[in-house]
Amino acid sequence: MNHDVYMAGFGGQGILLIGNLLAYATILEGNQASYFPAYGVEKRGGAATCTIVMSDKSVGSPVVGEPEAALLLNPLSMEKYYSHVRSGGFALINSSLIDDDGSRRTDIKRLLIPANEMALAIGDSRLVNMIVLGAYVEYSKVVSVDSLKEALKEVLPERNHRFLPMNHQALEAGAEFCRQAFAS
Amino acid sequence: MTKRLFVKGNEAVAMGALEAGCRYYFGYPITPQSDIPEYISREMPKLGGQFIQAESEVASINMLLGASASGARAMTSSSSPGISLKQEGISYMAGSECPGLIVNICRSGPGLGGIDASQADYFQSVKGGGHGGYHIIVLAPDSVQEMYDMAMLAFDLSDRYRVPAMILADAVIGQMKEGLTPHSYVAPDDLEVKDWALIGDGKAGEQKVVKSLYLGDGELEAHNNHLHAKYAVMQVKEVRYEGVELDDAELVVTAYGSTARIAKTAVRLAREQGMKVGLLRPITLFPFPKAAFKEHTSAGQKVLCFELNNGQMVEDVRLSVPRTDVSFYGRAPGAGSLPTPEEFLDQIRTHYEA
Repeated sequence: MNHDVYMAGFGGQGILLIGNLLAYATILEGNQASYFPAYGVEKRGGAATCTIVMSDKSVGSPVVGEPEAALLLNPLSMEKYYSHVRSGGFALINSSLIDDDGSRRTDIKRLLIPANEMALAIGDSRLVNMIVLGAYVEYSKVVSVDSLKEALKEVLPERNHRFLPMNHQALEAGAEFCRQAFAS
Repeated sequence: MTKRLFVKGNEAVAMGALEAGCRYYFGYPITPQSDIPEYISREMPKLGGQFIQAESEVASINMLLGASASGARAMTSSSSPGISLKQEGISYMAGSECPGLIVNICRSGPGLGGIDASQADYFQSVKGGGHGGYHIIVLAPDSVQEMYDMAMLAFDLSDRYRVPAMILADAVIGQMKEGLTPHSYVAPDDLEVKDWALIGDGKAGEQKVVKSLYLGDGELEAHNNHLHAKYAVMQVKEVRYEGVELDDAELVVTAYGSTARIAKTAVRLAREQGMKVGLLRPITLFPFPKAAFKEHTSAGQKVLCFELNNGQMVEDVRLSVPRTDVSFYGRAPGAGSLPTPEEFLDQIRTHYEA
């Protein structure tokens, strides 16, 4: 296996958290992964991006110019990074914040996901990142949703474990959305 | 089996240093290396060591000199502008033959520059960043695992030669997370007791002096020649590099640290396209692997050097193999200037076919 994904949004959307989680889940499954974050000096509102490279062999470059997949959570990220997605690749687009009629790229697969609305429906706007991550692993199968759950449990301090069910629900909702979208 | 951890390069270098017996840390926060003092401030007290956030970089390097003079394993860390401030103290450490670890998680400059990854401190690191014509040992890890391993190696080399050691990485290697398999530190057999260390025990004994001031006729010349004799021994005994697919390579790519990682993927892609390309990655930047460059270009191979700066290590490559065709491709460091494997592959193709 050899996969890479680029994630981008604004600070506060939880991009770095899900990037970290995906890489850690990959390690838990016995493969190699690198998680390379890049973010602005702002605590919230600045650009937040990360690149995750996953492989069953050693990871070469943690930096990727043309990623196989991109998770784009806000309009600025769409503007800057959509064109970089490798031909034949996959883009997961947060349609709650981004308008795209599909005419810009016909050489990639894309999935529009109303992540903000879905997060609110589950009960917390901060679940956007988990919904998107659930959809991505359903599409790519790079790790199982169960591994993500296990990784989340280990990453999260015990005092926050009461939030686990809600996060699990968000991961499942994202995965289910992806299944439905490509089934039809 | 030891559990594989998932940590940042900055945390790994701190973990390796503590495992190697470092019990004194002196530093001052600066992005992108603040994870190092953060980790050590949390873990050092559990080991009975001392963590001090000094009032400045200048103070912290001089605290390091003092701890080192007492024979302890000690370290500091900073990033480029902070390392510039420390240069006076590093020169004094070099002159006083005080071992110790200095970690530079390089950011872009000059001046305050930016917080993004950079390799523009190469000259400062390997040519003696302070005054007086000295060298320090410079190690360039390219992974989180190597950050851990080389913290140990840096202390060993530094103690063996009584020469300060620097780990030169950048925001990519420092802030990236990867799997890390920790292991126990084993001290090399040849490390001698530090009988020069200033450990006052209240008993009468031979006076010990650690100093860099030599005023007597011929004293300083002899001292400098002694330092340079050690550098010459290191050049023979301590050079380390990694070779990837060099055996039949017609084009030898070279890069260190973060750009070496990017180059590894570019070399693999080039091989997949049928190009006979290899990678020679210097691990010790001082001592520089001159002989390796000679060996791997002896049949007329060309060299292509990648750096995240406007061309620094390439000068050492050219000095190592003056008759070889050595080309350079680099990006000036700053936000958005990190090169990609695809970009390096284009360069490889151009130079391979030329």
